[in-house]
Amino acid sequence: MIIKGSVWKFGDNIDTDVIIPARYLNTSDTQELAAHCMEDYDRDFVKKIKEGDIIVAGENFGCGSSREHAPIAIKAAGISCIIAKSFARIFYRNAINIGLLIFESSETFEYSQQGDILEVDTEKGIIKNLSNNKKFQISPLPEFIQNIIAAKGLVEYTKKEVERRKL
Amino acid sequence: MGKTIAEKIIQLHCAKKDIKIGDLIKAKVDFAFANDITGPLAIDVFKQIGSERVYDKNKVTFVPDHFTPNKDIKSAEQSKIIREFSQEQGLTNYFEVGKCGIEHALIPEKGLALPGQLIVGADSHTPTSGALGALAIGVGSTDLGAVLATGEIWLKVPETINFIYNGELNKWVGGKDLILYTIAQIGVDGANYKVMEFSGETIKNLSMDNRFTICNMAIEAGGKSGIIEADALTLEYLKDKTDKNFQLIKSDPDAQYVKVFEYNVSNIEPQVAFPHLPDKGKPISEVGEIRIDQSVIGSCTNGHIEDLRIAARILKNNKVDSKVRLIIIPATQQIYLDAMEEGLLKIFIEAGAVISPPTCGPCLGGHMGILAKGERAISTTNRNFVGRMGHPESEVYLSGPAVAAASAITGKISSPEEVV
Repeated sequence: MIIKGSVWKFGDNIDTDVIIPARYLNTSDTQELAAHCMEDYDRDFVKKIKEGDIIVAGENFGCGSSREHAPIAIKAAGISCIIAKSFARIFYRNAINIGLLIFESSETFEYSQQGDILEVDTEKGIIKNLSNNKKFQISPLPEFIQNIIAAKGLVEYTKKEVERRKL
Repeated sequence: MGKTIAEKIIQLHCAKKDIKIGDLIKAKVDFAFANDITGPLAIDVFKQIGSERVYDKNKVTFVPDHFTPNKDIKSAEQSKIIREFSQEQGLTNYFEVGKCGIEHALIPEKGLALPGQLIVGADSHTPTSGALGALAIGVGSTDLGAVLATGEIWLKVPETINFIYNGELNKWVGGKDLILYTIAQIGVDGANYKVMEFSGETIKNLSMDNRFTICNMAIEAGGKSGIIEADALTLEYLKDKTDKNFQLIKSDPDAQYVKVFEYNVSNIEPQVAFPHLPDKGKPISEVGEIRIDQSVIGSCTNGHIEDLRIAARILKNNKVDSKVRLIIIPATQQIYLDAMEEGLLKIFIEAGAVISPPTCGPCLGGHMGILAKGERAISTTNRNFVGRMGHPESEVYLSGPAVAAASAITGKISSPEEVV
């Protein structure tokens, strides 16, 4: 899959309370969650982004709560993928499980600015910054994560497992 | 080669032999739970998977604790989903408001978390039960939904960091101060993906409530879990809580740790973590003049009976400052009852504090003490992120119960020594 979008750049330790404040966690409605994504960071973030845009962030993206509402809000807001220097553990699992693409790449963070256009080739594991013609290699995901992604998330993956057990 | 407690617990729960650090394995789950925020999504996932019954009705529970007693219509709908699902599934354990409490305090109290178990909770503070020598891991709703269906979870065998504490604790220093100090040393991602094992003489001499507080905040350093070897004190704690069998597991003397940190606790003062990250801890002597509008004593971190006793010692014959709201939240109904029988509630009310029913409430800016724009709180909770307790332009400072109680009296962040 090839993803192309503008960069929205964030720093280190972007926490789940900033991604989706707890005052909106009285619902699981994805569109309602998306409407408040990142609003304590930038009130108009959701209005400014375009479908397919990419978040580029520093260390420990998604730290804090286990709320899956955080990757859900980002995905439903139209963000196609997140590239960060590192991710907090629970956020990483949650993103994979709901089929939000995430990649670790320090180089992309170093050499990308707000508004740059990135092109991500998920199969070859290559990120191109079309604004400065730099190219970054991303390390392949572990096999079991690839299997979950191939199944389009943990739900479908587990569904197959449950059906297999019934036989 | 020796193994850590975490490696041994995972080995006991998976079919694969001779597991190694970094292996991706499937492990059997002894106990799984979710709350009124994460539960509805997990139930939705469970249904999408196509399962009809949870893997074991004795090994699953739902705890309505975040927005309960329900603060609005939407949160009431969320609680209704977990209540009805628990009934449909005939779960042995479901804790309704009135018999409930904050999940991480309630589950150990009810004897549902035991040494040697693998526990998975859809809440980041799940490692609290690690204080009993269990491996307790926080996950998201989809992971939990899959556990409800299969009783298994995918895990990467984690590295362990050993944190060794020796020496005598200073006056007014407790588990919260040790963990805030540790997080300030290693940073909010200092233990990302790793298990934090807490050991040493100081930990051996620490009460269960203080041990819970330490393991509770492992996630604030990014930890996959926090764990303390079960000992005589753990057995004493569990004595009248369970009749189930369990295994006491210890790390081998030659266990391989990815890092070892050793601290002499006699150098540690009461700590205060400044906005807006839990790793911004400072000793109380370096805090300076910081006025507060609110003080919160409660949460899964510090809503235990021992925390309330410390607060009462400081508040007795004192008054809350006229410009401060002091909100005290016993973590469970049992703790509430104990506090009543010990006369603590009377001390709190006479001092001018308000007592809330057990709930996560203000900790995550839910209800029962939300901050307005520009307001500042000292709080015994676990996070001080931007907007955590209310308005994005409010501030949260984290501390243990002694500093939070003393600060409520003086109206500024204060050492207990100033008022006692």
